[in-house]
Amino acid sequence: MTMMTGAEIVIRCLQEEKVEYVFGYPGGAVLHIYDALFKQDQVKHILVRHEQAAVHAADGLARSSNKVGVALVTSGPGATNAVTGIATAYMDSIPVVVISGQVPNDYIGQDAFQECDTVGITRPCVKHNFLVNDVHKLALTLKKAFYIANSGRPGPVVVDIPKDVTAAKCKFEYPESIQMRSYNPVVKGHLGQIKKAVHLLLEAKRPMIYTGGGVILANGAEQLTRLVRRLGFPITNTLMGLGAYPATDPQFLGMPGMHGTVEANLAMQHCDVLLAIGARFDDRVIGNPDNFASIPRKIIHVDIDPSSISKRVKVDVPIVGNVPDVLDEMLRLLDAGNAAPDAQALAAWWHEIDAWRAKQCMKYTRKKNVIMPQYVIEKLYEVTAGKAIVTSDVGQHQMWAAQYYKFDEPRRWINSGGLGTMGVGLPYAMGAALQHPDMPIVCVTGEGSIQMCIQELSTAKQFRLPIKIINLNNRYLGMVRQWQEMFYGSRYSESYMDSLPDFVRLAEAYGHVGIRVERPEDVEPALRKAFTDHKDDLVFIDFITDQKANVFPMVAAGKGLADMILTEDL
Amino acid sequence: MRHIISILLENEAGALSRVAGLFSARAYNIETLTVAPTEDVSLSRLTIVTTGTDAVIEQITKQLNKLIDVIKVVDLSEAAHIERELMLIKVRATGKDREELKRLADIFRGHIIDVTESTYVIELTASGAKLDSFIQAIDAGLILETVRTGVCGIGRGERILKV
Repeated sequence: MTMMTGAEIVIRCLQEEKVEYVFGYPGGAVLHIYDALFKQDQVKHILVRHEQAAVHAADGLARSSNKVGVALVTSGPGATNAVTGIATAYMDSIPVVVISGQVPNDYIGQDAFQECDTVGITRPCVKHNFLVNDVHKLALTLKKAFYIANSGRPGPVVVDIPKDVTAAKCKFEYPESIQMRSYNPVVKGHLGQIKKAVHLLLEAKRPMIYTGGGVILANGAEQLTRLVRRLGFPITNTLMGLGAYPATDPQFLGMPGMHGTVEANLAMQHCDVLLAIGARFDDRVIGNPDNFASIPRKIIHVDIDPSSISKRVKVDVPIVGNVPDVLDEMLRLLDAGNAAPDAQALAAWWHEIDAWRAKQCMKYTRKKNVIMPQYVIEKLYEVTAGKAIVTSDVGQHQMWAAQYYKFDEPRRWINSGGLGTMGVGLPYAMGAALQHPDMPIVCVTGEGSIQMCIQELSTAKQFRLPIKIINLNNRYLGMVRQWQEMFYGSRYSESYMDSLPDFVRLAEAYGHVGIRVERPEDVEPALRKAFTDHKDDLVFIDFITDQKANVFPMVAAGKGLADMILTEDL
Repeated sequence: MRHIISILLENEAGALSRVAGLFSARAYNIETLTVAPTEDVSLSRLTIVTTGTDAVIEQITKQLNKLIDVIKVVDLSEAAHIERELMLIKVRATGKDREELKRLADIFRGHIIDVTESTYVIELTASGAKLDSFIQAIDAGLILETVRTGVCGIGRGERILKV
């Protein structure tokens, strides 16, 4: 066996893990690693313009595929800049490995140049982290990092490597697999509990299925679709779970929650048996847990993470396990037994749901001279035939994208649901674009969010990423403005943005194509132009939209799901 | 409700701060915390005394189990167990107090382990509640310093926490 430096070991481990892209930014503490990177061409490095974007892009790559995203940053500010990206991935359980440089072992604790306690700073927002103080532990630690990141409930893992460790030499040995006595994620669900769940589902008069990001992460969309169709029950997917069940299917009730549909929220509230899968009863989904719990119903909860079960809402049938495994078992039990759901009760339940649906809560009024943001998303859906990967930032545009773009497949909708990080949209699109060079990649954003990572237009140029940026520009921090209008007496404190850049010229300055659209009739032609004439270019379309448009329906914070504010038109 | 939670965890740098950080991040309460290596030096045994409703304690044990360095978690107070805490208490011991303090230490099965003309250090091992009673039994004006280790505990009989 040949001796290798720590830096060479790092790169070799990435190769062993079949990592294609590393997003990063060089600096003093990682120079040895960058030198090792230079001497090979298997792992490609994507030079971002800010470390936050490196982690977001790695995270976006992971969300759009089933791979672990990898970021590489230097010590001190490199690591602290990465923290927002790490926390974002943590809140949505995304498998990411972040390798950070650290000052040499001898310097640790001496307030050395670009020193910070990376392991300490990131501890509360990682699944796990390591400080590797010895080159002999390096390969095994990286193996553990990838294993932990992508098993059980996935999440980010930080590996902090002092500079001297990357220079030291040792023999390279990479284990095929790994066993940890302190970490053994459960896969198979408890059969007795699954039987109980199936029994409850078959007895239900008003059943409802509610699924979250866990179904996407576990690649359980196919099993879910089979189960839902088999049972004929209504289903809702959360913001993180969109695409797990085809949105164009009649059994799909739309998204639940704060900006969910009337039919999804009322079905959640009035069902007698709720099957929750890979979801966590988040405050933005069920509103006030006291209101949610006040309705008598049986809840079945399938999740890989026991701590998600009965955390906010007490559950009747907990099932800890990997989603596809549990759903396969449910399907098997349904096939084995002769029992079918109560058809008569189900028909009556659907009748009730259809009456809620008839309210058409997503209806909005188009204006003659002003572009409605919802209209842009509807046209985007048409022009891309629903086949794009859509990333978003955070705010009103995110909700409109989730409401009006119908996702029929998993891993097509990429957004920061948990942490709600503005600025993720463009780097997410970069990660997705590298992973899926043949798919249209769209970033739906607003003039507030896009400016939080605007520097990445430069990265997108360097690596020729043909992202289509849909900027819903209403000159307001729209979601803040909406809350101020509704709950703060229309006192628009610091939510109006003055002195915006000319986004068309800004895009051009970075070497991209910029288009401004100010009239409704120009929306569709501009989109067509972007997706056909400029298929291979990054196109920044600045849509000047209605300033007063609000996201409806809305459940105010702290209210129950049935307490919805509908659009003025209803 | 007061609970004594025993944890077996990897004896790794930072493992303790993962546990302590979890409690502060999720606003759980720590009354006492003790930690030391076991007979197997790769393992640490950590004991936390906490209070909370059943739902909170359930979340605490689930969240602890989720930490990668944590191998096993047991709520000792769920069944028969023994708890002990060590206290060293320095008291002003002059005049007739010397005799009285000696008597009190004997009643509580404590030992006087340091004697000067004006002070005693009394060592006492008992349950947390018993240590509290001892402190209450002494004239507060005589107490110079109190050091307590925090509670450690073990299950009775065949109730064993091991890898």
